[in-house]
Amino acid sequence: MRIRPHLLAVALAMVMAGGAYAAVSADMSVQIRNAQLRATPSYLGKVSGNVPYAQRVQIMQVQGDWFEVRSGTATGWLHKSALTTKKIAAKSGAADVGATASGEELALAGKGFNADVEADFKKKNAKIDFGPIDRMEKIKVSPGDARAFLEQGGVKAATGGAR
Amino acid sequence: MSRARNLTGMRILLAPALAVLLALPFVGCRAMARAGQAAGVVTPEQADAMIKTGDSFGKALEQITPEQEYYVGRAVGATLMSTHKGYDNAAATRYVNLVGQTLAMGSDKPETFGGYHFLIFDSDEINAFAAPGGLIFLSRGMLRLCKTEDELAAVLAHEVAHVNLGHAIAAISNSRWTQAFTILGTEGAKSFGGEQLSQLTTAFEGSIDDITSKLVTSGYARGQERAADALAVTILRRVGYDPGALARVLGNMAHDLKPGGVDFAKTHPPPQARIADLSKMKFAPPAPAPAARQQRFQQSMRGV
Repeated sequence: MRIRPHLLAVALAMVMAGGAYAAVSADMSVQIRNAQLRATPSYLGKVSGNVPYAQRVQIMQVQGDWFEVRSGTATGWLHKSALTTKKIAAKSGAADVGATASGEELALAGKGFNADVEADFKKKNAKIDFGPIDRMEKIKVSPGDARAFLEQGGVKAATGGAR
Repeated sequence: MSRARNLTGMRILLAPALAVLLALPFVGCRAMARAGQAAGVVTPEQADAMIKTGDSFGKALEQITPEQEYYVGRAVGATLMSTHKGYDNAAATRYVNLVGQTLAMGSDKPETFGGYHFLIFDSDEINAFAAPGGLIFLSRGMLRLCKTEDELAAVLAHEVAHVNLGHAIAAISNSRWTQAFTILGTEGAKSFGGEQLSQLTTAFEGSIDDITSKLVTSGYARGQERAADALAVTILRRVGYDPGALARVLGNMAHDLKPGGVDFAKTHPPPQARIADLSKMKFAPPAPAPAARQQRFQQSMRGV
């Protein structure tokens, strides 16, 4: 009976779309540098895996803003803002996502403002120091840290906490 | 029917649903305004203003990918920090990042390419900036203005809201964007030649200028600030902070901002006007903050 919520979601989507919807695959791409899969549809859920940029994932079910996805043998939940229906073509074996090129509507994206452009910008603007930015990006707050912080401060939404 | 066949059938049916659900964040303001209205969070006037703001969004906001937004944000941040010095206080920085991260998680767009990160800069001015992609900067002067963790959360939620709503990206003029994509339209531009890269960097520099001058000099449109305040209140409610803290910190600002200053006094509507808008919004006060919250706030802000 797992199918029922999905039929509901489809019906809702069709109503919202006013009947005009495009046929897309139920596979989607990760559009952020590193997506963390969670065991439950919440940022407070345990991290159950990682999916890199441009990786295609299969959608299992949808719950509010959260999609349960499968990537290889791993399954878990991702917030919808981590996903796109578009295909992103990562260069095979490329460690630097800035050097990727993309397909379909994203064809221009990998070729747009990327790591190459940043490098050229740095060359032409030697006085602009990226050091503070590199350092601030290193600051990481894990879901566990966030959960403990909210609990310690007694920060609790009436409707069940952070999404 | 086997489970496998069920899943296959489901995947076909899921397709239109996914298309709509995924389109929602990109509908942005309009959807947010309506959702807010339905929940009784945003006044009809505010919803209208937010929709108008949404209609004036430029090409860049419609077309940019999270990866490009990330590179634009880094360069905007580096440019801002070329005239501001970082504040070396690990405890305060960690604390601000913890509060900020919980707000980002409760926001409309919790996932950005490189994530949300927060930096304090060493200045007495009352100021804060949000660069595209989630790099958020606030001054020591702004921190000093906050008397509680909830007030700090309100300031950060307003900046997270600007990121969610794509306001900085919307400041990129259409001509820059057209320029960039004309270059990219060139056949075989998959790996650039030197000249294409140079032209693209010129369009990039122009985009950074558009954004930094908006952040530092001209400020956003009144409607954009109102939209950011409305979304900030929603984020505070979702996470469990007091939405009323935004009006309180604006009250502190009204008291401390110096007319003619080059900070928030220059780039934001008068705090009194923002407080008046917020007073129209209805929300139930949350449970009172436990003493532990105020203790850690004071401890982390020691020396700021």
